[in-house]
Amino acid sequence: MTTAPVARRALSLLSLSAQAPPIQVPQPKRRFGRSREGSLKERLQGIAFALPAIAVLCLFVIYPAYYTVRLAFYKSDFLFSFTNWVGLDNFKDLFEDKAFFDVSEFPPSGAVFNNVRWVIIYISLCLILGLALAVLTIRVRYESFIKSIIFIPMAISATAVAVIWLLVYSPNADIGTVNAVINAFGGNPVSWLGKESTVNYAIIVAYVWASTGFAMVVLSAALKGIPTEILEAARVDGAGEWSIFRRIMLPMLSLPISVVTVWLFINVIKVFDIIYVMTAGGPGTSSRVIAYTMFTETFSGNPGRGAAVAVIMLVLTVPVMILNIRRFKSERVMT
Amino acid sequence: MATRVEVPALTRPRTLSERLVRIVTRSPVHIALIIIAAIWLVPTVALLITSVRERSDTLSSGWWHVFESHLTLSNYSEVLRTAGMGHAFLNSLYITLPSTLMPLIFGALAAYAFAWTRFPFRDTTFLFIVALMVVPVQTAFVPLLKFFRENGGLNTEFYGIWLAHTAFGLPLAIFLFRNFFITLPKDLIEAARMDGASEFAIFRRVVIPLSVPALASFGIFQFLWVWNDLLMALIFVSDPSKQPMTVKITQLLSTYAQEFHILAAGGFLLMIVPLIVFFALQRYFVQGLLAGSVKS
Repeated sequence: MTTAPVARRALSLLSLSAQAPPIQVPQPKRRFGRSREGSLKERLQGIAFALPAIAVLCLFVIYPAYYTVRLAFYKSDFLFSFTNWVGLDNFKDLFEDKAFFDVSEFPPSGAVFNNVRWVIIYISLCLILGLALAVLTIRVRYESFIKSIIFIPMAISATAVAVIWLLVYSPNADIGTVNAVINAFGGNPVSWLGKESTVNYAIIVAYVWASTGFAMVVLSAALKGIPTEILEAARVDGAGEWSIFRRIMLPMLSLPISVVTVWLFINVIKVFDIIYVMTAGGPGTSSRVIAYTMFTETFSGNPGRGAAVAVIMLVLTVPVMILNIRRFKSERVMT
Repeated sequence: MATRVEVPALTRPRTLSERLVRIVTRSPVHIALIIIAAIWLVPTVALLITSVRERSDTLSSGWWHVFESHLTLSNYSEVLRTAGMGHAFLNSLYITLPSTLMPLIFGALAAYAFAWTRFPFRDTTFLFIVALMVVPVQTAFVPLLKFFRENGGLNTEFYGIWLAHTAFGLPLAIFLFRNFFITLPKDLIEAARMDGASEFAIFRRVVIPLSVPALASFGIFQFLWVWNDLLMALIFVSDPSKQPMTVKITQLLSTYAQEFHILAAGGFLLMIVPLIVFFALQRYFVQGLLAGSVKS
């Protein structure tokens, strides 16, 4: 995504340095979908290059996805075979399972609604913090230093993030940082990960800590791409910093913001490691999310139901697939 | 490309009083940034300090009492030997290296085909691969595990996890490499073809040497992705003696529960390789992560 424009820029620089302007030979445009030309040998060679990758993808991604979709309609066993067609019963069971979907009280709970909490809180916190950091760091000399500190958690695994935050949230006020601070102000220590009412938010905060760096780096790069003249012109016209942010920066950042949002959304759909390590879905089932339910259902003797959850996850990613393809096609028009 | 949103460039202060005024008006920005940076740093620093304090100290007082306690590396030797993290470290390496190299090689080959050769349904196939980038690994757990079990127990060896990571790394690799390869000068490829170079020679001697930045970015992204992965290792590495560090940590958690001196040392060992990669290859690293953003 980022490397291609870099190369293009490097190439344009190269051609600039050439002494005589290159003679423009009108060439037929390489249009999308015109790949049937070429000799038989050429075609065979192309296929030979692509074959290993395509074979791996068919065997280990596409066929398994088909298998899982099919399995979602069976009541399966530990051998993962297609025993007993049950139609949509797996989906029905899931939505009757209070650990997965519970609307009997307010606020609704279960893995699905935990995931909704994740989508809303995690995405908005990451975006707000990332945007704020991008706008603020650009004004100081130690920009790269601050950025490194915020970005480091992106490098480490969710497992390590979980261990780090287990220590931060320790209910013992002599060990856990958060409770030590509360204690210092005269409050009582809270078992953040042991209470149904706080556990989800506690994990979300830990994951926001890990992901904000990504939002910051993307938005900061985009911010630097805004031509200085526009901002200067606005300042000359007497616009304040806030209205420059609201009326110039924010609209011009709408594309990178949507890119980051999509990335964060996929992250939320796939979030598993950090929950597995921090709470194992507990206390009870109160911090389960959809991806977590897939794991527990599959390996507690309900592969059919697990497959149904996987199908739900697949369906949730379909809009992103379409978006990726559309974006790719529109980029091609420009090149 | 040096356009930056740099406010100070507009009005660079000349006199001392101007400078003072600027420092005062800017101080909220500095304070906010320093507070945020401190919040971001504290959790990691807390873990690092805990990992070098003695057991008795970590059980009775917080990491902020660091100056009153003995510092020791014995937690690391305990976690490496007794708890088996040393062995798990090697397993992590052994899982990660082939899982990075295989998608790199297969991906580059396929990307060359999609960028510079012609065959039927080339672009349709490519679009399909773009779509595969975000397929959740969960859709492959059960069938892959079944396949590995029924074919000589690939999940009790490293082959299973290598194949699974290769398969799920490939779409991104193909996507990135193809988009990079297509920006190489067409004349270069055509000239090589005129000279009678075989397609493989063009691939090896022209395209690959020019594409090091793209290959490095993906390589680093995939390396860290596999190194940091817990979920796939939990499922596709069935032999306890072959489990990587991420899985080992979860076992330490159940054995040592509240003994943070061990957990912290283990956690830091897990972080050390990604941190080295981060500091040594920061530019490629950020590029790689940005490039990977289309996947997750």
